Amino acid sequence: MLDGRGSIRRRSGARLWLSGLWLALFVLAAVLAPLISPQDPLAQDLMLGRLPPAWMAGAEPGYWLGTDSLGRDVLSRIVYGAQVALVVALVAGTVTCAIGSALGLVAGFYRGWADRLIGRLVDIWMAFPPVLFAILLIAVLGTGLCSVILAIVIIDWTRFCRVVRAETLNQSKMDYVHSAKVAGFTRLRTLLAEILPNVLPTIVALLTLEMGIAVIVEAILSFVNLSISTDQPTWGGMIAEGRTSIYQAWWVLVFPLIALFLTVLSFAQFGEGLRERFDPVLR
Amino acid sequence: MSAFLEIRGLSARLAGTGQRLLRSVDISLPVGAVRGLVGESGAGKSMIGKAVLGVLPKAVEIMEGEILLDGQDLQKVKPAERRRLVGAKVALIPQDPLTALNPSRRIGPQITDRLVDILGWTKASAAKRALEVLAEVSIPEPERIMRLYPHELSGGMRQRILIASAFAAEPRLIVADEPTTALDVTVQKQILKLISALQSRHGTALLFVTHDLGVVSKVCDTLSVLYAGKVMEDTTVERFFAAPRHPYSKALLAATPRHTDPAASLLPVPQAVIDGAMAEVAAADAAWSAHGG
Repeated sequence: MLDGRGSIRRRSGARLWLSGLWLALFVLAAVLAPLISPQDPLAQDLMLGRLPPAWMAGAEPGYWLGTDSLGRDVLSRIVYGAQVALVVALVAGTVTCAIGSALGLVAGFYRGWADRLIGRLVDIWMAFPPVLFAILLIAVLGTGLCSVILAIVIIDWTRFCRVVRAETLNQSKMDYVHSAKVAGFTRLRTLLAEILPNVLPTIVALLTLEMGIAVIVEAILSFVNLSISTDQPTWGGMIAEGRTSIYQAWWVLVFPLIALFLTVLSFAQFGEGLRERFDPVLR
Repeated sequence: MSAFLEIRGLSARLAGTGQRLLRSVDISLPVGAVRGLVGESGAGKSMIGKAVLGVLPKAVEIMEGEILLDGQDLQKVKPAERRRLVGAKVALIPQDPLTALNPSRRIGPQITDRLVDILGWTKASAAKRALEVLAEVSIPEPERIMRLYPHELSGGMRQRILIASAFAAEPRLIVADEPTTALDVTVQKQILKLISALQSRHGTALLFVTHDLGVVSKVCDTLSVLYAGKVMEDTTVERFFAAPRHPYSKALLAATPRHTDPAASLLPVPQAVIDGAMAEVAAADAAWSAHGG
């Protein structure tokens, strides 16, 4: 028993630490981009095109991760790209979480017509292929950061809604909910004070997962050139540009890809680690 | 002695299939008395407790009958008023202590919330009262326990806390729904003693739902034997254990294990008795249909 608890704590400890470290780096890069990026991310210099990373032959000092075909510094563009990724992760993640969770709580607790209505809506939503749906939405809403965030919210609220509804339904059957009813508490109070704290660990884990997904969706939209204007570097945009010169300059594609991968992975691991640490039942 | 809880002619059915769940049940419980509701699973004993508390599943429909609590017919008051009435005068000791406490909240607020939010006590007096009742159910270091989460306590401790919580607001009636079924046999006995002691000290009426006749003999004054939602026998505990009148009661008693004569105990209820009971139920249904229900 003691061993089991210890090992869970150790595992979640390392997980929290490593993913937290990367996320802290990510946030710092986004916030301090103008101060820490070694070059202007937009400055083009065809004489410095496709420079390799610092440790390879032919590298120039000051361009640590090389340059793309227009001579722009890859590291600086990754650092600036973190800005878009961070805003999208925070805003789109939070709004999606709030809307989806609220609908899920209502559907799972009150059941009846609210549940049927929300359930049908989710069914219809899920029938759309998400990426095509996003592209279609952007086509209607126009490009720009707000449109990207709105598109993510509109597509992904169902993820929260389904899971939170199922979890709420589970909790509603527990005796403590029954007891709250006998004690004379209102339904709303039972939902917010009794059920929500038990669903919260799930919501938090989903929220961090969703932040990662939001970063990916933004990258996909950038990849198909439907995200935001070209004078703000984005990871998806860098990957799209790097694709064309992958045989001559692989670094243009690979480094933003690694940044994207580590960020999405860290969000998911961080959420899972938080849940293990703070869920009183698991703890 | 006037009855605190009086159930008259309560009938209920499943809304979908129309299957009868309760058949004209009459139960009377004087102030401070203890009545056992016994029967097999599905006999409707829990259903009666739920009807009193107003927490019947949505699929169950009450067809007719009165539930008088302190002279007031609960069927006739508005839902919000009913919730307030029941919340103030009735408490529940639930069956499963493992799920009856909210796993993600500390013990303290789970006892005091009801006193503060529903009954309008001050936080300080509610906390003081919680400490009192926890001490009354022999919980050591109540201050510390109130800061713990349910999973940090054993099943027996949790059931004590639920009992303390039920008595905290000095309710006039407590519905105990199989409160010892989920516990170890050794803990069961202590919990029963505890419920009994608190009940007589506080003068609370107790509706004790159980399938265990041994429990009834220890705790109850009177009992109702239920079969298929119908009260087969309504008698005092002494009379029942001395000489049960109804054949079904006799068979139920014979099916209970006894230390003195292990060979003669644990008999299944004979088919003839079940047939007899079913015939009685069918006759009651026929009479009910005839009078235009």
